[in-house]
Amino acid sequence: MSASGDVVDRAGTGPTAGTAGPAAPAQGPVLEVEGLTISLRTARGLRRAVDGISFSIDRAEILGIAGESGSGKTLTALSVLGLLPGGARTGGSVRFQGRELLTLNRRQLREVRGKQVALVSQDPSTALHPLLRVEVQMTEHVRAHLGFTHDQARARAVEMLEAVRIPDPEAALAAHPHQFSGGMRQRIAIAMALACEPALILADEPTTALDVTVQAGILRLLDRLRRERGVSVMIITHDLGVLSSVADRICVLYGGRMAEYGRTGDVLGAPRHPYTQGLMRSLPGASEEGAPMVPIQGSPPSLDDMPAGCAFHPRCEHARERCRTVVPSLRTLPGGRGLACDVDPFGQADEGVAGMERP
Amino acid sequence: MSTTGALPLEPAPGLGGEQAETLTRQDRAALRPPWRQPLALVGGGIILFWAVVAIFAPLLAPHPPNLEFGPILAPPSAAYPLGTDELGRDVLSRVIFGARLSLPLAALLVVAAMSIGSLLGAVAGYFGGLVDAIFMRLADLVLAFPGIILALAVAAALGANLVNAVIAVIVVDWPQYARLARSMVLGARSSEYVTSARLLGSSGWRTMWVELRPNIAGPILVLGALDMGNAVILLSGLSFLGLGAQPPTAEWGAMVSEGVANFFNYWIGLFPGLAILTVVLAFNFVGDALRDILDPRTARMLGK
Amino acid sequence: MSPAGLGRFLARRLGIGAVLVVGITLVAFVLTHIVPADPATANLGQRALGDPAIVKAFNHEYGLDKPVVDQYFIYLWKLLHGNFGISEQSHRPVATDLGQYVPATIELALFAIVISVVVGVGLGVLAAVRRGRPVDSVLRVVSLLGVSMPTFWVALFAFYLFFYKLGWLPSGGRLSPGLQPPKEITGLYTVDALLHGQWSLFVNALQHLILPGIVLGIFTVGTVLRFTRASVLEVINNDYVRAARAKGLPEWTVITRHVMRPALLSIATVAGIAFGGLLSGTVLVEKIYSWPGIGQYAYNSAVNLDLPAIMGVSMVVAVIYILINLAVDVLYSVLDPRIELR
Repeated sequence: MSASGDVVDRAGTGPTAGTAGPAAPAQGPVLEVEGLTISLRTARGLRRAVDGISFSIDRAEILGIAGESGSGKTLTALSVLGLLPGGARTGGSVRFQGRELLTLNRRQLREVRGKQVALVSQDPSTALHPLLRVEVQMTEHVRAHLGFTHDQARARAVEMLEAVRIPDPEAALAAHPHQFSGGMRQRIAIAMALACEPALILADEPTTALDVTVQAGILRLLDRLRRERGVSVMIITHDLGVLSSVADRICVLYGGRMAEYGRTGDVLGAPRHPYTQGLMRSLPGASEEGAPMVPIQGSPPSLDDMPAGCAFHPRCEHARERCRTVVPSLRTLPGGRGLACDVDPFGQADEGVAGMERP
Repeated sequence: MSTTGALPLEPAPGLGGEQAETLTRQDRAALRPPWRQPLALVGGGIILFWAVVAIFAPLLAPHPPNLEFGPILAPPSAAYPLGTDELGRDVLSRVIFGARLSLPLAALLVVAAMSIGSLLGAVAGYFGGLVDAIFMRLADLVLAFPGIILALAVAAALGANLVNAVIAVIVVDWPQYARLARSMVLGARSSEYVTSARLLGSSGWRTMWVELRPNIAGPILVLGALDMGNAVILLSGLSFLGLGAQPPTAEWGAMVSEGVANFFNYWIGLFPGLAILTVVLAFNFVGDALRDILDPRTARMLGK
Repeated sequence: MSPAGLGRFLARRLGIGAVLVVGITLVAFVLTHIVPADPATANLGQRALGDPAIVKAFNHEYGLDKPVVDQYFIYLWKLLHGNFGISEQSHRPVATDLGQYVPATIELALFAIVISVVVGVGLGVLAAVRRGRPVDSVLRVVSLLGVSMPTFWVALFAFYLFFYKLGWLPSGGRLSPGLQPPKEITGLYTVDALLHGQWSLFVNALQHLILPGIVLGIFTVGTVLRFTRASVLEVINNDYVRAARAKGLPEWTVITRHVMRPALLSIATVAGIAFGGLLSGTVLVEKIYSWPGIGQYAYNSAVNLDLPAIMGVSMVVAVIYILINLAVDVLYSVLDPRIELR
């Protein structure tokens, strides 16, 4: 396992050269992840859960990270905040505004958390503290990070609740989270994340626990916030449908490695990796009209049982002999796109250029 | 992924399932079978030691337990390793013979309380209705008393001797088994194997014995193991108060009581008390390890 | 929680409690009137038994010449009027005796519960935060040791060490001989002494309280510790704790504000359970430290077969126990806004 992990190249060139966000200024990306590896301590020793992931997020950009559970997407986000579970080891580099995060000590990390990088969790009903009033939760980090007085922090909280369109913010501050609906709670969680005006928001499955109609509202909110406030957002999801409407670029993970990345339109419009193809086909009411909904057969690999070669090969109908032994390297395609598939069954159909790059 | 019922034994929830494979060192230690856990091994060893002492007491003890021939109140020495009491009896011999009382009686009363309690609880849970109401209100009633006070009252009303003390402890002890058995039966009653047995024409009692008993036996037995320590403490407590074993019986609780009367001669009370402590601690070590191997929900019912 | 809702809840729970108390009187009745072969033998001294007139008067006084069911209602009727009967030992009404002894036990139990909750919760949080580390393993053994120690034995050796060997603390009782108790307000000597500003009396009462209080507290530290550890672990893996860390709050704030608040709910429960355990422990501890509380009263009554007194104590203790559990439930609702009392 560990030997084959080294086959993946650092792919430093590809993703960072991606498109800039709509209002991107000249300075560099907000977040740069290069060759990130994360190993977890399991019952049977250290296992590599994230293996050579690289991407970057520009100012006011929304990057979507897609993958099933076990793909390493949440771990990637947690590594940015230094919130990995005990005993985890990291490699590679995570730079926030040019500053390396992986080597920070606890105090330095605390300065980054909440103040510069904020987290919005999957389920607002569990991520908001059930016993603390909204005011406490919305102001405690503002006071800790920015040294605001009680009144200043409260004013900031009201401002943020207004920004996420919570009606009657004053009343909301006095309430407990259970008094709100799921969608409202997620808005509060986002307002909480915004309170210190961070440069980057990590949204871990921000809409999964919500109704479809509410989902759209939350996604529009994130989109508006990045346009109005210039905040960058990393959306982690297993649902490509969520990303199609708001993400500028998409990075598809499988088994802790990158399968495919590129502009949202490119990746979703013409997926090249068989896994992305499968994800698209498994979407209910997917973009292609009339195409039946086909789930990917099999289940994602577990850490203790990672297949040799391409992690996806046991579930891939295009798998060849080579896929069972050789880990496919991430190749750069035209248009700032990347692909880690040596077979590339969907390549020739759209672009002749891609075929020529094949080894 | 839902985060309800996150117990210490379960992997950390809320990380999108990606952590499901990671276990901390302690998780793995707790998931080891009891015979590989150091505390459980120590506990098992101590229990074995006392069982051997109890069985071979006449061979191991240097003197008969009630022989009043030694020096009076002699401190520990080569001739009397744990000293002698106010009647010149050898403390070591009395501690050794005490094992013959405390261990079998504790086992006896735990088995009795377990049988009565789980039978009543299972019947209550299985048949429901009036039977359930009566049995469980009775259990509530007993649980409304702090243990030793009720035991004290029962033992006093019945008369102060060891047999009545055992009965008193059983009276106090059965409801916890009834509660556990009832909740487990309620959980199992609606399950498929019970329904199908009923459909095949099995009678209520038969279904309970054949289908339910094996399924509730595990947690009940673990509760029994955890309860052994309690039983030893309660019983010796009653004897300490003079409502259990009567003089000159060599019983640990009664011996500590003699130590109170002679508190300046520390050895009279120290060693029988240590005997109680080691036995109870051993049973708690074993019971604690057993509790860890149960599923978290059941373990919580045994949580105490 | 609306006041009306709270009122309904209290009424319901008090109703259930009342049913339990009636059940307890039934148990008491069975034990005092039916189980002993001859209540007169059990309740009257040897001399009195020789006199048929006294036996007859006794039987009439307790309605023993009537059918059993009638006897029970007579018994119940007397209880309703605060008549627990006459203590065989003190020759005073049991109710009077109880009124004298209950405050002493409350004082002792409160002191003990404070000690065991402070120590138990502190160590429990430590064990949970250092989960899987050596500290946790040591504390696991400590908590098992705590629940495994026979209280009466610990009491004996604390007595031997701190009174007999070291002479640091008094041997027993609530005050040193010759001292007048403070004028009664609460019946708790330490509190009353403070309220009257009698500083030296307070110190003296506290000195007498320390040894039995700590011994009694040790009895429940183990339970509180392991319960706290489990509750904290249950909370500490929650999303909202991770969210608090992700906000960059200091670890101390995360633990005290975000972890301890919800854990306190279960700790309140265990404190209630522990209090019941303490009431049991008082019987043993009060005997050794000559603490004039209901534990010792229960003990003296039991060994002297003073049945009215035993039953009076049992009933009072059971009622206290029920009230404490009720208080825990109410506390629960105050701490957790989500709970609707049922």
